[in-house]
Amino acid sequence: MREITFSEALGEAMLEEMQRDPTIFTYGEDIAKQGGIFGAYKPILGKYKDRIIDTPISEEVIFGSALGAALAGMRPVAEFHFSDFLFTGMTAVANQIMKFKYMTGGQGKIHLILRGPDGISKSAAAQHSESIETLFMHIPGIKIIVPSTPYDMKGLFKTALKADDPVICFEHKMLYAKKGPVPEEEYYIPFGKADIKRAGKDVTVVATSRMVHESLKASEELAKEGIDVEVIDLRTLVPWDKETIIESVKKTHRLVVAHETWRRGGWGAEIAATVQEEAFEYLDAPIMRVGAKNVHIPFSPPLQDFVVPDYKSVINEIRKVVNV
Amino acid sequence: MQYEKEFLIGLYRTMVRIRNFELKAEELFLQGKLPGFIHLYIGEEAIATGAMANLRKDDYITSTHRGHGHMIAKGADVKKMMAELYGKETGYCKGKGGSMHIADVSIGVLGANGEVAGGLPIAVGAGMAIKMQKKDSVVISFFGDGASNRGAFHEALNWASVFKLPIIFLNENNQFASTERVTETTSVKNIGDRAKGYNIVGATVDGNDVIAVYEVVKEAVERARNGDGPTLIEAKTYRIKGHFVGDPELYRERSEVDEKWQFEPISRFESTLLKMGMLTDSEKDSIWKDAEVEVKDAVNFAEESTYPAPESALQDLFESDEGYDY
Repeated sequence: MREITFSEALGEAMLEEMQRDPTIFTYGEDIAKQGGIFGAYKPILGKYKDRIIDTPISEEVIFGSALGAALAGMRPVAEFHFSDFLFTGMTAVANQIMKFKYMTGGQGKIHLILRGPDGISKSAAAQHSESIETLFMHIPGIKIIVPSTPYDMKGLFKTALKADDPVICFEHKMLYAKKGPVPEEEYYIPFGKADIKRAGKDVTVVATSRMVHESLKASEELAKEGIDVEVIDLRTLVPWDKETIIESVKKTHRLVVAHETWRRGGWGAEIAATVQEEAFEYLDAPIMRVGAKNVHIPFSPPLQDFVVPDYKSVINEIRKVVNV
Repeated sequence: MQYEKEFLIGLYRTMVRIRNFELKAEELFLQGKLPGFIHLYIGEEAIATGAMANLRKDDYITSTHRGHGHMIAKGADVKKMMAELYGKETGYCKGKGGSMHIADVSIGVLGANGEVAGGLPIAVGAGMAIKMQKKDSVVISFFGDGASNRGAFHEALNWASVFKLPIIFLNENNQFASTERVTETTSVKNIGDRAKGYNIVGATVDGNDVIAVYEVVKEAVERARNGDGPTLIEAKTYRIKGHFVGDPELYRERSEVDEKWQFEPISRFESTLLKMGMLTDSEKDSIWKDAEVEVKDAVNFAEESTYPAPESALQDLFESDEGYDY
């Protein structure tokens, strides 16, 4: 199968769906001429010029206008530039987009997507480096996709572009250039279906986005010691696939959740709590969590490396549960 | 005045309908029949009425937390509004929104809004959609004087100007943002002057004069339909009632309210129409009577309606709930 980058997969998803549906349009800062701050949209540059729009640096309107455009019959895809800047326009997201349908008793189809770069990049420091997907899982009203591979990026994004609910897509900055197999033929990946990226029998690791790759790396290291790790990629956080995780825990009897966002109150805590509520009798060890230390992302490389988890963090937590 | 009698009576009737709805809402709230908060539009009826007389069904509005008047003037169903105030399942939001969140997307009402300036970015989005769909619809975004000091206002005006969107930003300057007086919180005398900063047409108008509002909005709507971009209109009025029903109103003297009441828009328009011979006393009485009956029917409808089943609280978050954990 041909291999393309994460960015190219995103671009293909956009182009295919824009061709199918004339109501899809996309806008944000540095989009039309640059293809997004990390060039994630490069494949769509110069295409559908009326539907790919550069806007003012104006987050509350970038997000709030997506709601208005959706209510008026369009399918907007608004870019948040850096996920940290979701905070700047957060009121439009949390007070308007995420609440509109519910508080009006189900009126309107809120088919809109907010998307953009998320997660650490090298020494971008606190205001350009955070992983904040958990916040959107906590507040009701938006579906969350967190793809880890070009294949998932394309399939999930195409589904998002057909969905009739608001969707937020977090694309990890360190993954845009990563290549992977993507079939030429059309496909869609449903929300709420996790993907077992590596089958194993000794311990289950649940991860998303960049941490899927760190977890796979950890599993390769541990395989050398005879520890067989199953890596489950959740792919979507709202909804999230409880069944696949519980099935896996029934087999491995051990669970580690691994995310890049802060360990305290991160989405891994929700998964861990749910599994102990519903599958406690299958567990042979406490559930362990991998996450960033509870500080902001520091600038200096050794500081960043100390705070942000990687495959070694995953190995540490796995060791704690396999030796029980 | 060069207008047909039918048109003028229509304006008068709409204002009277809004007034009656608001008086009844106040009475019901004080009787403890309505939960939550009620923000009344009494004394500001000329703005919604004059503005909306320019709109078609396929035009949009975004409203505020003081939005009952906008809803009625845009053609909302008064029964469903009243039922929503009661929190009944027959209400516009099936009891999930209440007064501050009434919407009727089917007639272009993209929501009242509990957040000050919350509707302006939404209006921008509707304006973008209209432009991309190559339609000649327009959007009126209502907001108060307090909203004009928020970032969303400034971002929305800049954006709408840059993209020449068909939006009328209609500021209802009722002199108070909650308990704060506009003169103490706002850097300009006329909010309409802020249009200059965004290179768009601005106007300040007497918001208690329904014809003046109609005319200034008419020009702005024509500009918008012709593709000539947005307009900022400030309609100066006065909030006769407190911020909400039950507001102790420690920030003003009664005498000030009594003085302003002399200029309230309905009796003012009424005496003009009587003087012009466009309205007779008996027509006037029947318009008020009709409005009272309409509101009474709405109250009956609301009171006879049932409360929503508690478990319906788990509906309406998404179009498709597959896999969602309630």
